Amino acid sequence: MRLVLEKRLEQSQLMLIMTPILSVIGVMIIGVILFDALGFDGFDAVWQLFITPVIDSYKWRDVATKAAPLILIGLGLSIGNRAKIWNIGAEGQYIVGALSAAGISVLTQDLTGFWIIPLMLLGGMVGGAVYAAVPAGLKTRYGVSEVLSSLMLVYVSLQLLSYLITGPWKDPNGMNFPQTAQLTEAQLLPRELGDSGLPPGLLFALVAMIIFAVIVDRTVFGFSIRTIGEAPQAARFGGFKSNQIVWSALMISGAMAGLAGTLEVMQLTRLNLGFPSGYGFTAIIVSLLGRSNPIGVFIAGIVLAVTYVGGQVAQTVVHVPNATAGLFQALILFAILASDLIVRYKIKIKTNRLQVQS
Amino acid sequence: MTTNARPRDWIARLEMRSITKAFPGVIANSDVHLSVQPGEIHALLGENGAGKSTLVKMIYGIMAPDSGTMLWEGQEYRAPNPRAARKQGIGMVFQHFSLFEAMDVVENIALGLDSAISRSALDREIRAVMDKYGLRLDPRRIIATLSVGERQRIEIVRALLLNPCLLIMDEPTSVLTPQEVEDLFVTLRRLASEGCSILYISHKLHEIVELCDRATILRGGKVVATCDPRKETPRSMGEMMIGSDFADPARGVANTQGAVRLSMRDLSLPKPDDFGVALQSISFDVHAGEIFGIAGVAGNGQNELLDALSGESLADRNDAIRIDKDPMGRLGPTKRRALGLCAVPEERNGHAAIGNFTLADNAFLSARTRMGLDPNGIIDRSGAEAYAQAVIKRFSVKALGPRALAGSLSGGNLQKFIMGREILQNPSVLVICQPTWGVDAGSAAAIHQAIIDLANAGSAVIVISQDLDELLRLCDRLSVINGGKLSASRVVNEVSVEELGLLMGGHHDQTIASGGTHAPRA
Repeated sequence: MRLVLEKRLEQSQLMLIMTPILSVIGVMIIGVILFDALGFDGFDAVWQLFITPVIDSYKWRDVATKAAPLILIGLGLSIGNRAKIWNIGAEGQYIVGALSAAGISVLTQDLTGFWIIPLMLLGGMVGGAVYAAVPAGLKTRYGVSEVLSSLMLVYVSLQLLSYLITGPWKDPNGMNFPQTAQLTEAQLLPRELGDSGLPPGLLFALVAMIIFAVIVDRTVFGFSIRTIGEAPQAARFGGFKSNQIVWSALMISGAMAGLAGTLEVMQLTRLNLGFPSGYGFTAIIVSLLGRSNPIGVFIAGIVLAVTYVGGQVAQTVVHVPNATAGLFQALILFAILASDLIVRYKIKIKTNRLQVQS
Repeated sequence: MTTNARPRDWIARLEMRSITKAFPGVIANSDVHLSVQPGEIHALLGENGAGKSTLVKMIYGIMAPDSGTMLWEGQEYRAPNPRAARKQGIGMVFQHFSLFEAMDVVENIALGLDSAISRSALDREIRAVMDKYGLRLDPRRIIATLSVGERQRIEIVRALLLNPCLLIMDEPTSVLTPQEVEDLFVTLRRLASEGCSILYISHKLHEIVELCDRATILRGGKVVATCDPRKETPRSMGEMMIGSDFADPARGVANTQGAVRLSMRDLSLPKPDDFGVALQSISFDVHAGEIFGIAGVAGNGQNELLDALSGESLADRNDAIRIDKDPMGRLGPTKRRALGLCAVPEERNGHAAIGNFTLADNAFLSARTRMGLDPNGIIDRSGAEAYAQAVIKRFSVKALGPRALAGSLSGGNLQKFIMGREILQNPSVLVICQPTWGVDAGSAAAIHQAIIDLANAGSAVIVISQDLDELLRLCDRLSVINGGKLSASRVVNEVSVEELGLLMGGHHDQTIASGGTHAPRA
């Protein structure tokens, strides 16, 4: 008797939905064992990490604040995932988007007007999209892998950030701290939606989810993305141009990362060296955990936001290290990649004996 | 004990008794009996999906039967894996070859052997086997430089090196020129005369009549008849295979006089990749109401020509291709469709259709422009489903409905769907590559009829196929593509199979003749 993998004729739709859920549950179980082995109270650590942020309504604002950028970036990345174009550099596009918005804020420091906020949002999106156009151009023109070029551009963006906020854009009244000037009233969104306590970014995330759901499901563009990811030759036969799709998939994800960066600048009211938060990288996990489905990405964004908030809770309550949240995020990525095996293969127990009948 | 007392020749080399094999949802073989005598060429005949492949996979140890017994020369026989089957004396030549393009013949054969043997000894053995059976091939040539027929010879040599007592050939002639088929038959007859049994899988009826001593006909996983092909006609065996009378496609009056609907002038395209073929100055016209055939052995530029016609690769000049006088050489597939040119590529999975997509999505893929399924860039879901349903109904596609995944259809049904998807768009020009590749005879007849109906309605149809019978039955005029060049066209009634065969294979015969003098490039 042995275990064998048998390729499924078609991907299991049930498993496609179940594996993200099973992955998270599996990671919780691994977490309990892992932290027990490390000498912590494993169950308590996992409880604080995954459950406390969900049941404690005081944590919801924190979760929503972190979920919004993850969802926005994750939605953008999901377009690329569907087309099998892998943008690993959303963090860079997030930073450049934030820089573009911050640049506009520097220029409009003394102005007022309803147009400033939309201009910043638009500027952030354009900045992110332009930054993502670099790997798109390299890929379509020279065949450079977008995985490498987009990732390397993250480090370029970090240098750009530190140059600008320690140099030209440094707050003149900031006592030489490396940061931009505080955003003015005319440059800020309201702190919360009505008096719900929820951040405005969440509304953006919700609207974006609906728009993306329509795009991927109902438009020829969404169809072309799906087709090229599934069968590039069939996409060509169908009259879809792969270069166009590379450009649009990368630039859409860049624009979404730029939008998330802009909202984050507005949230923090200024840019400083601590701005890069890793949302662009975590959003890769979000898009994969959400199976590149807009609703799935929304839920996955909340799950990953829970691990951020829960990581802080677990630090103070169970005294686990600072890196715990990142560890769990990585475990989730591992689990979701590994679980793809079940989507594409059946695990079967095989016996070598034949039933021979004469 | 009684069996042992009989003369050895009376014992079947291989006997299968009550073999049953089921897969989830389908019974591939049900209570199958088959016996192959020593020195017999035995045909295994059936439509696609009749269970031929499953049956031989059980003989060759790739699968195990659910129930039933196999006897090898009277002794119970079981092959847990192909290695055991080879040890027993069974060789198999698969339809799809497993050869490494960048290696030479000897290296490829060495890779497939169960025991290690020195290169020089293997070289000698290969030459000995080739001499004995009249297989011409320089063992030091690199696979990438070989024609399909030559590649098949490698697989045959690989099987013969083991001195098999039973050789299984899975649809061996589907990729060969008529001359290559003749050569193959000579080799097979010679093997049989030396006592080797041959199990010959095919659905080409006239070949079986010509070659085989006995035929076992499978339909729906069951044996429906065992007969002597020499006493049957292709038609009678075809009816046994399909289980009903099948209508020969009815062609009206052949038409080569209509207005020119498609013209290609002096089209040249470079190789798309290392193993592709460059198209060299191709010119032809196709008239309204005409079916124009392009014959040729696989890999001579057929796929490149289809891509050039469908718009997947663009010509260097816009006037290289014209449809109803409109130049379109620089237009992509969507614009060409709008002008009236539809195409069916050879590869169904991943080119003409996507297995993981529903039939409605697959209908949308290529019919959206002409059928108006994408108003303002929004998918008309119900429109796509209705169109897919219309195709299913009109072409009797066996499918659960427009929401069934394309991958869940059998090859023949998917091909009918793809053909229907293009034909119902009422194209002015339809280009089809391998319309009935791997399609059962019943579906093939339906597809042929649909092609004829389209031509009779005034469209121009181009059929690119390796199946000469198909082209001769279907087309008004024929050209042959070889090495990326298209021959002058011939009217079908005035051309002989031999002449076409020479055109198809002439180039390759030259390379074979000079093959011995080539220094190995590696």
